[in-house]
Order: sequence, then structure tokens, then C-alpha cells
Amino acid sequence: MAIDWQAFCLTLQLAITVSAILLVLGLPIAHWIAFSHRRWKFLIEAVVALPIVLPPTVLGFYVLVALGPRSPLGRWWISLTGHTLAFTFSGLVIGSILYSLPFAVQPFAASFAGVDRKLIAASATLGASPLRTFFRVIMPLSVPGLITGTALSFAHTMGEFGVVLMVGGNIPGVTRTVSIDIFDRVQASDYAAANQTALLLLAFCFAVLAVVYSVNRRAWVVGPIK
Amino acid sequence: MKRIAEDMRSFSCTLLAACIFLSATCGGAQENKIAPDLFVAAAADLSAAMKEIGDGYEKKTGVKVKFSFGASGALTQQIQNGAPFDLFFSADMDYPRQLIAASAADGTSLYQYAVGRLVLWVPADSPLDIEHQGMQVLLDASVKKIAIANPQHAPYGRAAVAALKHTGLYDRVADRLVLGENISQASQFVESGNAQAGFVALAHAVAPGMRGKGKYSEVSEKDYPPLAQGVVLLSRSQHKREAAQFLEYVKTKESAELFRKYGFTLPQ
Repeated sequence: MAIDWQAFCLTLQLAITVSAILLVLGLPIAHWIAFSHRRWKFLIEAVVALPIVLPPTVLGFYVLVALGPRSPLGRWWISLTGHTLAFTFSGLVIGSILYSLPFAVQPFAASFAGVDRKLIAASATLGASPLRTFFRVIMPLSVPGLITGTALSFAHTMGEFGVVLMVGGNIPGVTRTVSIDIFDRVQASDYAAANQTALLLLAFCFAVLAVVYSVNRRAWVVGPIK
Repeated sequence: MKRIAEDMRSFSCTLLAACIFLSATCGGAQENKIAPDLFVAAAADLSAAMKEIGDGYEKKTGVKVKFSFGASGALTQQIQNGAPFDLFFSADMDYPRQLIAASAADGTSLYQYAVGRLVLWVPADSPLDIEHQGMQVLLDASVKKIAIANPQHAPYGRAAVAALKHTGLYDRVADRLVLGENISQASQFVESGNAQAGFVALAHAVAPGMRGKGKYSEVSEKDYPPLAQGVVLLSRSQHKREAAQFLEYVKTKESAELFRKYGFTLPQ
């Protein structure tokens, strides 16, 4: 078998880590976007959506240079962890969090905004704190959006290529993800191996998305109010 | 209401006019040329030298030469899959031969234009004494990452691995190697300070972008097989005559001087 299982497991690990962090990090951001009345809210929304528009090369460039050892921020990171962001798994995690942020936050925020305001008001009049209202009313009614956001950020990280190519350094077991492995094999004219790995990735990602959407459909059907 | 409709109409008219103007000027620039542009695929170590050679050629003949730089293996791959290049300057002789064997290049045109040289490069503020210790500095504890080009498809990467193996250092540094997609990315890893040392082309070390930013020590020619670099005319070229003329220009003394200036040795 020519499939590089190490690269596959590494990619899976990266995608799970990133989507889990984004689930936690995305909730407060999405909540703020959905319910804030600040006049400059559109600025934050634009910043969150930036990674959809920006090419990964821009992000990769900033991780290399603005967060590299020549910058104050990069030196601070090195004094904290002892290594640069580039060429490390944590560097890939940070790059991927930035890169996949809108894919988590936007579905979250959309589903929060879709929750019936009357229910939120009712919860408040019954004496629930905003935090309690969030966890007991808003979150349960937003499950489909939460599933979609997490699935999208997972899938987006599985398929990430540009940022990893720019800052990864292609180290087996640390930063050589499946997409890089496939790229290398194509460059080296090893089409058979590239084909096998590509097929595996295709089948896996299709299976994950199919499962998620089938679960999500049920959530829509079972959901109490809609 | 009527006012708004009128405003909208005049706005759309302006937009339409702008679009027509833009497409006319952009399209026209390409059609009005008499001499065709040449598209050249070139190994990443040639980026500085080739730009200057291309500029000189354009001044002389009016033919614009457009370059795509990359790892020789990657470019070979693209050419085999139909990339529309006229000429291919490789960083070795094997990839051009592969293309000739696959009838993607003209075998009679193969010409060795230069020999590349490999150096070990560290940033200017590095405490490593690279001038005296050469490759031995890689064993220093402060060297956490060493950038090389990917040996799978970049000749300079293969040369770096050969040099490390020849000096017996490979096993002791293998876990610290980071691979650039091509030799330019390897230099950029070390130039940005993310890697503490890197094997780069002498052509990069002396190029305007990196000169003065670092110190380097040339890897002894005994440590790796020579990086003889070859160029071929590609079978898909639509402008074979113009491409052959450019190739003749590359063989002139004028171009040879430029290759030498950018850290290449010329074949005997």
C-alpha cells in the first residue's frame, strides 16, 4: 500500500483539534455577532469573513514573517514555547483556526440569529441569567447550525493546502498532511500513489459530510420549534 | 421615483462604458503585438539571472520573455501534462532527458548552459561561525531547523542530501530538516529566520534580495554530484523559431557573463 497513514492520521488530528477549538472559540464570537447592536459590528463581521476572500498565501506569509522570529510577536511566542510557529503542529493549528474561522462562526451566528426572540425574552423574564439562557434556550435551538459549522470547519481543515505548504516545511509526522503528500507524489510523477491517497481522502470526507448532514436533517425534523 | 430611475440608468450606462473601455484596452494590448511572447519554464535558482537575461533580450529584439519559476521536477510534471511553455531551463540534466524520452522536448536542442553551486547560508546576525566551520555548524544546538529544497523533485534538494550524506552528517541532522517546495522557498525559510540554516543556491545568496542579509559557505564540489543544468526546446511550442533564437542568445558571451555574475559556473 502506498498510502501514507501517518500523514492521514496527522491531518485527522489537525482537523479534529481545529474544529474542537473553533466550536469553543466560535460560540462567544457568533453570539456577539448575532445579538450585538454596536454600530461598528459590521467591522468585526468583515474581519471574521476575511479568510474566505484572502488567499491562503497571505495567511501563510503573515505566519512566516509577522509571527516569525524577526517580529516582536514571534519573539514573544518563541520565549513562551521555545520554537517558531512555522514547521510545528501548533503553527498549523493556529493557521488553520484563522483560516477556518468563518466556516464555524457564520453558521453559528446565523442559527443564533434565527432563534425566536420571544423565547429569549421569556427565559429572561423567568429569571434566567443571560448565560443560562444561552445554554438552555439558544444553544439547544441552534444544534443544526452548530453541527454545520463544526462539520464545515472540520472539512475545511482536512482539505487545507496553501497555508500548510507555506509554513509547514513538509516534516513527516509533524506537518506533512495528506494534501501535501498528494502534491509531492504528483510532483514526483507517482500518479498511482497520488491516486490512492486522493481516493481515500475523497471517500473519507464524503462519508463524514454525509453522516453529518443526515444527522442534521434529523435534528431539523425533531427540533421542537421551527 | 423618476429621479431615482434616471440616476440608476445613468449609473448603469457609466458602468457599461467602463467595462467596454477596460476590455478594449486590456484585450488590445495583447492583439497589437507583432512579435510573440515567449513562455519559459525555469528552475527556481535562475530567478535573478533569467530576469536580467530576459530584459536584455527584450531590449535587443522586442521579444518579451515571460518566466515561470519552480522546482525542476514540478515544472517537468506540468510540461508533461501540457503546460504551454516554449523552453525549459532545468536545474539538472535528467529532467530535460525525461522530457525528450517522452517526446515532450526536442532532443537535438538539449544544451548545458550552466553549473549550479550549493551553499550553506545563515542569517547575518547568526552566531554560527560558518566561514571557518562550514557544514559542521549544523551540529550546533542552536540550529533547530535546517531548510533544504524537497529532494523528491528539486535537484538542489538532492545535492544537499548528497552533501550531508557524504560528510556523514545526514543521520545526525535528518530530524531537523524542513523541506521547501523548491530552492527559493528553502531560502525564504532561512531568510525569514524561521530556520537557522539552509542549503540554498549560490545564485540566491548573491541575488539582490538576499545579498547582505546573511553569511554563506560554499559546499565543496567534492561533496555532491555536479548540478549540471540543461535547457531544451519543448515540442508543444508554437514559436519554435523565436524560442531557438532566444536559446542562441543564452549561449552568447553576454548571457554567460550574467550566469557567472549570479553564481553559476560555466561548462567547459
